[in-house]
Formats: sequence, structure tokens, C-alpha cells
Amino acid sequence: MIQLVWLAVLLPLIGAVLNGILAIRRPGAKTAVSVIGVGTLLGSFGVAVGTFTELLHAPVASFRVLLWQWLPVSDRFSVDLAFQVDHLSAVMLLVITGVGGLIHLFSVGYMRSDPGYARYFAYLNLFIVFMLVLVLGASLPVSYIGWEGVGLCSYLLIGFWYEVDTNSDAGKKAFLANRIGDFGVLIAMFLLWWSLGTLEYTGITMRAGAEFSIGSTMPLLIALFLFLGCTGKSAQIPLYVWLPDAMAGPTPVSALIHAATMVTAGVFLVVRTAAIFTLAPVALEVVAIVGALTAFFAASIGLRQYDIKKVLAYSTVSQLGYMFLGVGTGAFASGIFHLITHAFFKALLFLGAGSVIHSMHHALHHARSHADAQDMRNMGGLRRWMPWTFALMLLATLAIAGVPPFAGFFSKDEILAAAFARGTEQPIYLVCWALGLVAALMTAFYMARLVAMTFLGKYRGGDMSAAHLHEAPLMMTAPLVVLGALAVAGGLINLPHFAGGHAWLEHWLEPVTEVAAMVMKPLPELARSQEALLILLAITAAVAGLIGGYVLTSRTVIATPEHAAPERGLWRVLYHKFYVDELYQLVFVNPVMWVSRTALWQTVDAFLIDRIGVGGTARVAEGLGWLGSRLQNGQVAFYVAMFAVGAVLILRTLVR
Amino acid sequence: MTLVFYVFAVWAVASALLCISRSNALSSALWLVSTMFALAAIFVILQAEFIAIIQVLVYAGAVMVLFLFVIMLLNLEVVPHDWRRWRGWVIGIGLAGVLGALLVPLGVYTPARLAREVSTMPGTVDPHLVFPEGDAMAAANVAYGAVGSVAQPLFQAYLIPFEITSVLLLAAVIGAVVLAKRKL
Amino acid sequence: MLLGPSLALSAVLFVLGVAGVLIRRNAIVVFMCVELMLNAVNLSFVALARLHGVSGQIMVFFVMTVAAAEAAVGLAIILAIFRHTQSVDLANINLLKG
Repeated sequence: MIQLVWLAVLLPLIGAVLNGILAIRRPGAKTAVSVIGVGTLLGSFGVAVGTFTELLHAPVASFRVLLWQWLPVSDRFSVDLAFQVDHLSAVMLLVITGVGGLIHLFSVGYMRSDPGYARYFAYLNLFIVFMLVLVLGASLPVSYIGWEGVGLCSYLLIGFWYEVDTNSDAGKKAFLANRIGDFGVLIAMFLLWWSLGTLEYTGITMRAGAEFSIGSTMPLLIALFLFLGCTGKSAQIPLYVWLPDAMAGPTPVSALIHAATMVTAGVFLVVRTAAIFTLAPVALEVVAIVGALTAFFAASIGLRQYDIKKVLAYSTVSQLGYMFLGVGTGAFASGIFHLITHAFFKALLFLGAGSVIHSMHHALHHARSHADAQDMRNMGGLRRWMPWTFALMLLATLAIAGVPPFAGFFSKDEILAAAFARGTEQPIYLVCWALGLVAALMTAFYMARLVAMTFLGKYRGGDMSAAHLHEAPLMMTAPLVVLGALAVAGGLINLPHFAGGHAWLEHWLEPVTEVAAMVMKPLPELARSQEALLILLAITAAVAGLIGGYVLTSRTVIATPEHAAPERGLWRVLYHKFYVDELYQLVFVNPVMWVSRTALWQTVDAFLIDRIGVGGTARVAEGLGWLGSRLQNGQVAFYVAMFAVGAVLILRTLVR
Repeated sequence: MTLVFYVFAVWAVASALLCISRSNALSSALWLVSTMFALAAIFVILQAEFIAIIQVLVYAGAVMVLFLFVIMLLNLEVVPHDWRRWRGWVIGIGLAGVLGALLVPLGVYTPARLAREVSTMPGTVDPHLVFPEGDAMAAANVAYGAVGSVAQPLFQAYLIPFEITSVLLLAAVIGAVVLAKRKL
Repeated sequence: MLLGPSLALSAVLFVLGVAGVLIRRNAIVVFMCVELMLNAVNLSFVALARLHGVSGQIMVFFVMTVAAAEAAVGLAIILAIFRHTQSVDLANINLLKG
């Protein structure tokens, strides 16, 4: 099955092509689209399971599946289109096809009435193709195909309802922010080729240790440029601004691309190139600090958002920060662990929010109300109508808040413990740990607030619409239930020793991280009492946040958006997201606009090129033509005279 | 022989002068015919008997008859304002004078001087261009006859240009017909 | 060998042709002057052919061919122009004015 892993990529590709054809020819053939879209993903998931089980019993940990020679440039440089199946990509393969399949299934219900149904599934299938190429690629260029491809699909799906300007603007913003990051990855690739002469992951891993010494400049540069790409793709400071806007896309897209899979590509890339990062301790510190800061910063913004998807978006940014904190600490397995558990519970949260929005939209539509179906101030008390969604969202909330024994607790606790342990030697990591802990508190707080505002209390959308509220259809709740089970039990795959587990994932990923582990100093062992204290702190933060969020939200009277009082003080700063968008507008967008308009357009283009260049040559030609036309006066005698003059001149030179 | 040459030379120049100075196009044409007859005679003196015959047949005969036909067809014996104004005269006579001042001194050339100048030209000199002191045409005429000496290279070395002239003539015929016919 | 006198005669006839072209306005007379110039050149060819060989005479042969073709086409053009403007005065014919 391992050698057939390309089937997992080919099947969704076929699905994307077929759905694309259907989108153009028969947009109404929704049953066929659903069967193709979900069917190919199920097939892909089957291939993933087969690959994984074979890998479990395989004698070697890494396989290279060569498809064809792609760029045979010279003897020294050739890139093959090859897939690398190892313990890391197999896990990613399972997560992507599994969670992706569930979200495809959910989309069948969610997008049912959308006129762009076929187009939606074509994009979604294409996204899976590129995401699989990204994680399966055996070399950076192959992964880069996927890296760019997922960016493209993300752009297409954010602007899926492109009739509304803000949606297509959000798509463009995402694309541009990602381009900055992609530029970093490109530079990193050039540097890698220049210094190591290979772009294959295995080659990089093998040669990096021999070529570079720890702490030298080249790996630092490469690592920082790679990380620049990661900040773009994975929405870290300073390039995170696109992700909250990306919520303009359909909610299942937010769940799949902007929570579970694509945005975690950065974390994946850091783990894949761990050999480079471990040789540049400064880069690792940068990764950890950026991760911790992002986790803290985004969580604080999430405290005061009212759009249910915006809260989740900032939550995603914050959780991605945790993952980077994990890998920046050198606990690569913990980062991947959090990536997996986050995929489960964040997909569940988004799909739950999707259910809520679906229901709210339906109800408000029937009541002819123009209120925002995503604004939590219009919700409240939905528990009565949507018990299943409520229960599952509650599970996911407990998971993300880090309440044991749910999945999020183990993964988050591992990352914080690793940061603390590293902090006993390098104090900078202690700061990261503290930021992470406070972020955990805030995470619990805003999640409790979200649940309280949405499901508890009294319905604020008006009686007219209340009559039309309903639970989502089975097609939508079934994936939620599966994800709920995963969110509860996901922690089992890396159950730590103190909880009676064997840290399976950590051992499973050892073949991938062993080279990095050899270079890095191992994490200092924490004493039993310290470990217990840390866990206690984490649990306290989670519970305190949950209770605080619930109490504060349910105590205050929530006004609907049109009656809301203006925000004040710190809340106002948080509500306006620290004014980062405005700052970027001022610092980057406006100068670029000025240079483009005044300097480049009006001066260079309109004046220099159009007036002087194009107009000037035309005027010179016109002048020469006028001079020439004076010679053509139509008089034969004049021509003959000119001819005679010419003859005289020629003879003057010939006859001496 | 030299005397005969000069007689015909004076005849040719006088006829040409009359040709360009007659206001009547018809008499201009007839004086041109006279010039051509004089030239034909000079060709004979210069050992080019075949060319002389052709000159009379084609030029003085066919071409000039064509001219006369057109002049009579258009009924153009005297055209008013046939002469340019003083500016045209100044330019015309001036340019012709300069040209004459450059060309007429070529008369000083003798075969010996030509051969000397050509052989001292810089660069490689084609030995065929260094003329021997002698009468090449006379020798050729003795060997092949007046017509044969022209025909020999015409149908051998110059065969392809000769054939191509037929295309030229065909084009001229078609062109003349197209241009001159009122309605095609 | 009469080379020099022939060339001088050729030059004089050519110059007369040029002068005629420049001072006359009747298109047909101008045309005849061009024929005169061609004849003058023919004389040079023949005179040099006597020294160099028969190739010069072949050239004359070709010049005559071209002159005949030119006369046919040129006179046809003059005919067409006359039909159009009822004149052969070159001063009136300036359709090529730029």
C-alpha cells in the first residue's frame, strides 16, 4: 500500500477535475457532486489507513515513492517528483484525509442549498490534493507545489462568495500575506541548495549536521527564512492578520483549511526541517518566542470579539502559537501532538459554529431579519433547540481549555512542561512558559464566554425567528459526533507516563526527530513534584478561566449589536484587535499605495513612459516624417534634379 | 576613319541639341531619330555592327515609332508652357553644366592610360580588367563574324539573363495593355 | 582607337539629356530625353567593349531591351494620365505629393 500512496493524491484530484467539469456543465447535479466529492475522500482515507497499517509493521521507518523525474537540471541538481512516506507524513496523511473526509461530509449538509455547490467541492477536493502533496513531498520543491497550491485553494475558498467585495478582499489579503511567507521559503530553498546541494528532506537531514556547526550563520538564515514562510502560512505574528479575515469563507472551509490542516503546515515544515532548526538555537528561540507571543496576543484579542467565527479564528491563531512554542522548545513530537488534537477539537468547534450559523441564518431569513447570523449577541439560549450541537461544543470547549482528561489537556500541558523544563536552563523559555500559561487562562475564558453567549441564557434574536430554530440534519451532526469522540479520546495517542500511558506518538515520531534529538541538549528532567505542580497550575488556569468566563458573561446583560454601548478602555483596544490592521494600513499599505500611485503610476508610468517614452518616440517619428514628406512634392522635375545632384556627388567621389 | 567619326559626332550633338530645344514634340522626336542614326554610324566605326543594326531597327524604328504614335494620338504638336521658368533653367543648366564638367574630361582617356590606372588600383586587380593594347572586337569579328561574336556570349555566359529579359518584356506588354486600355 | 573621343561624345550627349529632362515640361519630351541619356551610356559601353571584349555589347543589348519595355510601359502611363487630366504637363501632375 505504501508504494500506492499516490492513489491518495490521485483520487481527490480526479474528484476535483470531475467536480470542476460538473461545476461548468451541470451545476445542479448535486447528488453526483456529493458522491464524487465525499467518495474520493473516503477512498483516499482508505489508502491512508492502508499505508499507515503497513508502516506499523514495516522493517524500515521511511519509504521513498518515486513517481517520475521532474526537473533533471544537471548531474548535480535534479528534483524528482517523489513522495516520502515515513512516520510523520503517515500521521499527517491520516489526519488530513480523516478530518477532511468528515468535513466533506458536513459540507454536503451545510452547502446543500448553495448554487456554487459543485464549484465548492471541486475547490475542496483540490485543496486535499495539494495538502497531501505538501505533507507527502520528499523534497522541498515538491512540498512547495503543495504549499503554493493550498494557498491558492485557500484564496479561492475565502473568496468563494465573491459577489461580496469584502469576501474577495479577504481572499486577496490572505494571498498577499502568504506570498510574503512563500518568498521566505523560496529564499530558504536557494540557500539550502547553495550550501548543502540538495533539497531532499533526507539529504538535508543527513548533510546538515556534517556541513554546519551549531550556531553558525547559514542554518540560522535558512531557519529564519523558513520560519518566515511558516508565519505566513500558519498565521503567526507578524503575518497573522489574514486568518481572522479568512473567516469570510464558508464555515466548513474555515474548519478544514483555516483550523485543522493548512495553517498547521508551518508546524509540519519546522518538524520536517528540524535538522536545520536544531543547528540554529537562536532560530528555535525566535520560533518559541513568536509562538508564545502569538498565543498570548491572539487569545487576548479573542476575549472581546462578538463574531463567533472571529473568536474561533483568534483561538486558532493562539493555538498555532502553542504549536510553535512546542517545536521552538525542541519538543517536536509535542508540537505535532497538539497539531493533531487541535485538528480534532478545532474542527469540531468550527463545524459546531457552522451548525449554529446554519440554523441562525435559516431562522433569521424566515423572520425577514437582517441581523448578523454570526454575531453572538444575537444568539443565546440555543441549547434548547440544538442539544446535540451544544453538548459537542461543550466537549470541544473543555478539550481546548485543557481540562483533563480531554485531548487538549495532554498536548497543551506537554508543551508548557517542555517550555518550563527548557526554562530552567534558558530563562527566556520561562517567559514563554508564563505567556503560554496566561494564554491558557484566556483561552478557557473566551471559550466559556462563547458557549455562554451562544447556548446559555435567553435567546436574543427575537420571537419571530425563534420559531424557526432547529437542530442541524443528521448529515451534519454525524461528523460532529465522530469529531467529538476524537476530541475526547485524542489524548490517548500520546498519553504520558504519569497518566499510565506510553507516549506512543513520541516514540512513533522518534525516527523523524532522532537527528534533531542528537544535536539538541535533551530536555532537563523535571522532578515529580515540579511536574505535579505544573499540571496543577494548568488545570487551575483552565478551570479558573472557564468559571470566570461563564460567570462574567452570564452576569452581564448582553445587548444586541444595534443597542450595544461603545467599548471602553482596554476592552476597546481588544475589540479593535490592538489596531494592528490600522497600523499595517498606515505603515505598509499607505506608503505602498503612495509609491504606486504618485511615484510609479503618475511619474514613471504616465509621465516618463507614456508621455516621454511612447509619446516622445511618436513625436520624433512624426517630425522626421514631416521632414521626409517635404521631399515628396510630386514634381518630377524636383526628383530628377535630386537624382542629378546625387549623380554629381557620386561622380565627385569616383572621378578624380 | 577618325574624320568620319567626328562628322557623325557633330551630327549627333547637333541633333541632340535640336531635339531638346524644339518646342514641337514631333520635331523633337524626329531629331532624336536623327541622333540615333548618327550613333548607329558611330557604332559601326567602333566595330559594333550588330548593335548598330539593332539600334536602327529597335530604337530608331520601333521605339521612336511608338513615340510618334503617342504624340500624334494625343495631338500634341505644340504644348503651351512647355518650358520651365527661369528657376528651372538655372537649376537645369547649372546641374547639367556641373555634370558635364565632371564627365567630359573623360575624353582624355586613351587605352594605355586606362590600363595603367586600372592596374595601379589598390587591392587585387582582375587581370581581365587590364586591357591589352589592341582591338579585341576586331579579333572577335574576324573569328566569329559580327553577329556570331555577340551571339557567342549571349547564348552561353549570359543565357539566363537573356531568358529573364523575356519575362521582363512579357511584364511590360501586360503592363502596357492594362494601363492603356480604357476598359479591361 | 577613338576611346577618348567616344567617351567625350557620350558625356556630351548624356549632359544634353539631363538638361532636357530638367528644362522641359512635356512628359513625352522628357521621356525622349531619358532615351537620349540611355543612348549616351550605350555609346560608352560600345567604346569600352572594343578594348575589353564583347560583354559591353551584350550590356547594350540588355539596355535596349529595358528601354523598349520602359518605352511601352511609360507611354502607356502617359496615355492614362492624359486621359485623366487632359494634359501631359509635368507641373500639373503631382499626385505623389506627400
